[in-house]
Parts: sequence; C-alpha cells; structure tokens
Amino acid sequence: MIEATHYVVLSIILLCLGIIGVMVRRNFITVLMSLELMFNAVNLNLIAFSFRLSDLAGQVLAIFVITVAAAEAAIGLGLIIALVRLKNTVSLDEADLMRG
Amino acid sequence: MDFLVANFAEILFYCFAALTVAGAVGVLVLRSPVHAALSLLLTFVMVGALFLLRHAELLAAVQVLVYGGGIMVLFLFVIMLVNVKGLASSEVFLSELAPLAVVGGVLLGILVAFALVFGVFASGQGDGTALRSAGGEVLGNTEAVGMVLYTTYLVPFEVVSVVLLVAMIGAIVFGRRSAAFERRGGEEGP
Repeated sequence: MIEATHYVVLSIILLCLGIIGVMVRRNFITVLMSLELMFNAVNLNLIAFSFRLSDLAGQVLAIFVITVAAAEAAIGLGLIIALVRLKNTVSLDEADLMRG
Repeated sequence: MDFLVANFAEILFYCFAALTVAGAVGVLVLRSPVHAALSLLLTFVMVGALFLLRHAELLAAVQVLVYGGGIMVLFLFVIMLVNVKGLASSEVFLSELAPLAVVGGVLLGILVAFALVFGVFASGQGDGTALRSAGGEVLGNTEAVGMVLYTTYLVPFEVVSVVLLVAMIGAIVFGRRSAAFERRGGEEGP
C-alpha cells in the first residue's frame, strides 16, 4: 500500500537533489532548474497530505506554489538575459557586481 | 500475473518515482543545458503522473500544462537566446565546495527522512471521494478545487494574481536595455 510516507521520502530525495544542484552547479540556468525541482518536491508533499487528510486545502496551496514558481522562473530568466547582456556569461562566479 | 494485478498501484508508484529521481539526477549531471532541460521535462511529467495517483487530476493537468508547457518553453527559449555554447566561461562546471555541498545535502536528507519516518504521522490511507465532492455532492476534482479556490481562498487567489503581475512587469524591466546603462556609453566597470 502506498502511503504518504512514500511520497514524503520521494519528496525529500527531490528536495536534496535540488539543494545540491543549487550549491554545486555554477551555471545560472541549471541553478534555476534545481530551484524548480525543489518547488516540485514541495508540491508532491502537499498533494500527498491532501489525499491523506482528505482535505482540498493542499491542492489549492499547490496551485499557489505553481503560480509563484512560474513568477520565479520569469524573473530568473529575465535576470539571465540581463547578466548575459552585461557580462556575457551565465556563470554565477562571474556575477560579482555587488561584491565589495 | 496475479502479483502484477494485486500490486499495480505500488508498481506504478515505484516506476514513476524512479523516473522522477532519474530526471532530477540528469539535471545535476548533464553538461549541456538543453539536455538538462529535457531531463527536467521528464521529472515534471512524472511528478504529474504521481499527482494522478493521489487523485489530484486538476493539479496533474496544471503541472503538465504550466511546467511542461510554459516554464520548459521559457527555459529552452532563454537557452536558445543566450547561445550558451558561445559564452566564454561555460566550461566552469562545479564550484570548489562541491564535495562539501554533496555531503551536506545527503546528510540533511537522511536526517529529515529519519525524523519523518520515525515521527510516523504519515501512515494510513485517505479518502478520494472527499477530494471530488463540492458542496456536499460528488462532482469531480476540478469542480471541487474550483469551489474551494473561489470561496474559502478567494483573497489569497487575488493576492497571487498580483504577485504574477508584479513578476511580469519585473521580467519586462529586466529584459529591457537599461537607459541609464546606455547613457554611460556601454562598458563600465569590470
């Protein structure tokens, strides 16, 4: 029987892969993709517990999370365009304009 | 054959979960951004399938449409636009702290997994019909979510629409060629 615990473990795996991706990779585009992985992990948790508790609030909250993820992707990709235009790179190590 | 029929839900879950994790690992290890984006698409679709197994039919459709359609096209569009291969420092793959970060991430995962699995509040089964009933009668998941979204959660819904509008304006502002930057005559600073 598949229970919410299975989904929680899968979501932890996804979340940690996302965290590792954000910390390890230096490509701005890949870092944004890892962020999307973390959003997906959160949504999996919300859906699993929505079913477990027979409560629709989890699904509504997941819709809000998807909306915020779309907004974040739009802003992040706009930042990539600005970074490429300014410094001609997508490497996060090169993005040091505000470093003192 | 009996085993397959009896454990069909479990087999489906483990197949989808394995493909989800495989796609996520692909995002981390593939060098080419296009390949990483396609790997991410696999993860998105498989997460949508997992939503279906938990009776979240509307969310599964939204997942495939918004993530698999919208966000993925946005990623591929930006990859195409900036021509990542032609950039100077794209060979820098990992940061110097990579081993430390991997060890830390795995340890964090094990810690949270132990806390959750032995905290046991997640066992037991839910009831799918509650997720399909709106106002006392059983209609469908879309009707039920819509009813809750537009009554109980109407104010958060409006706030989120404002967030989306602000993000759209922000993306346009970032994407524009900055007037102040142009006036200083292009290259300034390092």
